[in-house]
Amino acid sequence: MDDDILTVQNVNKTYDSGHTALKDVSLSLHRGEILALLGPNGAGKTTLISIICGIVRATSGRVAVDGHDTVHQYRAARRMIGLVPQEIVLEPFESVYDTVRYSRGIFGARPNDAYIESLLKRLSLWDKKSAITKELSGGMKRRCLIAKALAHEPRILFLDEPTAGVDVELRKDMWDTVADLKTHGVTTILTTHYIEEAEAIADRIGVISDGRLLLVEEKASLMKRLGRRQVRLMLTAPVNTVPEALEKYGLELGPDNSLIYNYNEDEPQVAALLADLSAAGFTLRDVETQKRSLEEIFVELVRSANGDGA
Amino acid sequence: MNWRGVWAIYRHEMLRGLRTIGQSLISPVITSSLYFIVFGAAIGSRIDVVEGVDYGSFIVPGLVMLTILTQAVSNAAFGIFFPRFIGSIYELLSAPLSYLEITIGFVGAAATKSLVIGLVILATATLFVDLQIDRPVMMFVILVITCIVFSLFGFIIGIWAKNFEQLQMVPLLIITPLVFLGGSFYSISMLPPFWQTVTLFNPVVYLVSTYRWSFFGEADVNLWFSSAMITLFVALCLAVIWWIFRTGYRLRE
Repeated sequence: MDDDILTVQNVNKTYDSGHTALKDVSLSLHRGEILALLGPNGAGKTTLISIICGIVRATSGRVAVDGHDTVHQYRAARRMIGLVPQEIVLEPFESVYDTVRYSRGIFGARPNDAYIESLLKRLSLWDKKSAITKELSGGMKRRCLIAKALAHEPRILFLDEPTAGVDVELRKDMWDTVADLKTHGVTTILTTHYIEEAEAIADRIGVISDGRLLLVEEKASLMKRLGRRQVRLMLTAPVNTVPEALEKYGLELGPDNSLIYNYNEDEPQVAALLADLSAAGFTLRDVETQKRSLEEIFVELVRSANGDGA
Repeated sequence: MNWRGVWAIYRHEMLRGLRTIGQSLISPVITSSLYFIVFGAAIGSRIDVVEGVDYGSFIVPGLVMLTILTQAVSNAAFGIFFPRFIGSIYELLSAPLSYLEITIGFVGAAATKSLVIGLVILATATLFVDLQIDRPVMMFVILVITCIVFSLFGFIIGIWAKNFEQLQMVPLLIITPLVFLGGSFYSISMLPPFWQTVTLFNPVVYLVSTYRWSFFGEADVNLWFSSAMITLFVALCLAVIWWIFRTGYRLRE
């Protein structure tokens, strides 16, 4: 069995208005993983998801879900996909149970009350099954949308900005839900512009900007490759220049009698630096370490992609 | 065919109708009763007969047509417009449903609802007039065809409309005048020759005429010509719907 459950090949999208939303995007999604697609507003995240789900037509390129072409074999492809949209769009006077059963029905799945019951219980919605969606809280509405997306037992779940505009508690709640879905074997792709969201739950990170997919990489390897660390060495005595014996470390002078050392995670020389510092006659008052966040990596990637050298 | 999907849409739309059953059924019944009282009893008592039929009975087919045409268009238009308006259309567009299946689901439900209303109006009519139906099977068949045809038309309106104003504009400003001017309350032969010719451009004339024939055995327009015109209207609606889905007009992008 192929490890990739989704393949996107050279997809381009230009809208009738002339706006080019996607430029030669290619992407693969591994079974059971959580992929976070990061990008600023208007980067093309929603267009990409909409093309995969069949809501928007690509200008060129091919998308296949578990080997099924989304245009020519759309029935087989779409049965494997569940989509949670960015906006809360629920029929206001329909009950939670009815709206979930409707979603299962339009995807052609056989009626299965036991499955819907287990799904609603898993999403803490069973107590509200008879409530009309208009009466639900914001968090419950989001969960109801997830229940609708999972109603036909898809293998891939698309979450388009699942925590846009929600409070911290609800965001954490949503992360737990996504993690729980992973344990049930659901492959998830989520778009977000919240970096901490990607950092918290994703296995791989994709960065999209101005319609181009800049990278897709394992989160751990991305952080290791681009996530520089910094050590600030605060000294007891004043220091005006970087000592000659420590020049090979590329230190910078910092505030408050300190020296700053930047290094990559895969080539640490902190122990040697501390030994040389001591040999040079300096005494440490304190040490502070910092790790470059995913947000800083993301900003740098987007800036360099846009030709901004800052 | 994704018949489960078709059934899900049909059931969903029928449940929406049940949620507003008062508005769906009581309102047309009251309106029709008022027509019977005003046209049938008050004005009709001063009119002898039209084409050999008591005036109160004569207006029944036209009144049923007026109601089901308005209801079919409104129900089908609202059915597809509402998910577009609130954004939940994404779910239908991402489901493994063909365009035909989506159309069957929505149009089938709208046609069923308007058919039920039409039958209720007929039942209401028996309270006011002695109802004569020469060809009950044909009467039912024409009723069903009319419900389907105008539900198809309403479905197009629901996709075309950008807002609620446009959604209501067609039933109010086009359907109602066409029905009133389509011989619902009079015989075409009562008009001067010039206006008789003009009336033939009104598609509702053929429906009312054919429907009245099933009641009283008399038609304003030749039956075969009427059938041809109705078929042409169905073909036109189907062609427009096919074009809408093929191009994604107001549904995708």
